[in-house]
Amino acid sequence: MARMKFLCDAERCIECNACVTACKQEHEIPWGVNRRRVVTINDGVPGERSISVACMHCSDAPCMAVCPVDCFYKSEEGVVLHDKDLCIGCGYCFYACPFGAPQFPQTGAFGVRGKMDKCTFCAGGPEPDRSEAEFQKYGRNRLSEGKLPACAEMCSTKALLGGDGDVIANIYRERVIHRGKGGEVWGWATAYKLPPAGAQQGAPGAGAPGAAPAPATPPGATKS
Amino acid sequence: MIATRIALTIVSVATLALAGCGERPQVINYKQGTYQGKPDTPAYQGAPFNGNKQQWDNAIETRMQSQNEYTRLHD
Repeated sequence: MARMKFLCDAERCIECNACVTACKQEHEIPWGVNRRRVVTINDGVPGERSISVACMHCSDAPCMAVCPVDCFYKSEEGVVLHDKDLCIGCGYCFYACPFGAPQFPQTGAFGVRGKMDKCTFCAGGPEPDRSEAEFQKYGRNRLSEGKLPACAEMCSTKALLGGDGDVIANIYRERVIHRGKGGEVWGWATAYKLPPAGAQQGAPGAGAPGAAPAPATPPGATKS
Repeated sequence: MIATRIALTIVSVATLALAGCGERPQVINYKQGTYQGKPDTPAYQGAPFNGNKQQWDNAIETRMQSQNEYTRLHD
């Protein structure tokens, strides 16, 4: 296992905010805190692109570097986590983070700022796994249940991928290979293009530039 | 004497050649003790995996691969 990462496929993200909702629901996050957000570039203009952004669990995380009380740590899987019992809510991590991941609740021990809250890759924090204390401070610990983050698993178009960096990079690479190039890169066929006819999967009608992909799902092949 | 020199030369060349095969860590290793908070346990420590990392890895791998519809739907 290398390092847990998120990857958002801008060709597939439809700005539905299901990832944001899933995160909020899974961890019962209060108003004013958004561990995940959907950012749209050129909103309303043809060709707009959206991506889902949260803590990217940096390999060399600037928040860890600047924290004056050293409350950050990195798990075995490369997930950047922090101890809220130690956090003083100073906001240095917010300045340092290039993604605006650290969030500060409006209520709490430190008045308007509160202790920092951020995406945990659904890995909880330094409390006993799946305990009430862990849920209250950090949210649900799905990783300890053998599950991936709720946002990635909820994503209907599978634009947001979560997991080991090498594995999700391979999944994305496979998509890009199917997308073609030049004038072919347009419309549904770009994001969901099926393998060419006669290939391993043998999907009929695939490969036509600009054509919608055929529903080639064999009966009973889907799983949730 | 000559045999010793040859052996020494071979060993030196082999050492230099193999030195190129070394790999430096590509990621930052944070010094132990820098983190001041409470210790955390690995994700596979508690139930249902009870410390079985291989089983946990397999569960996560299955979940990760289920994100790839090219294999999930068409195989």
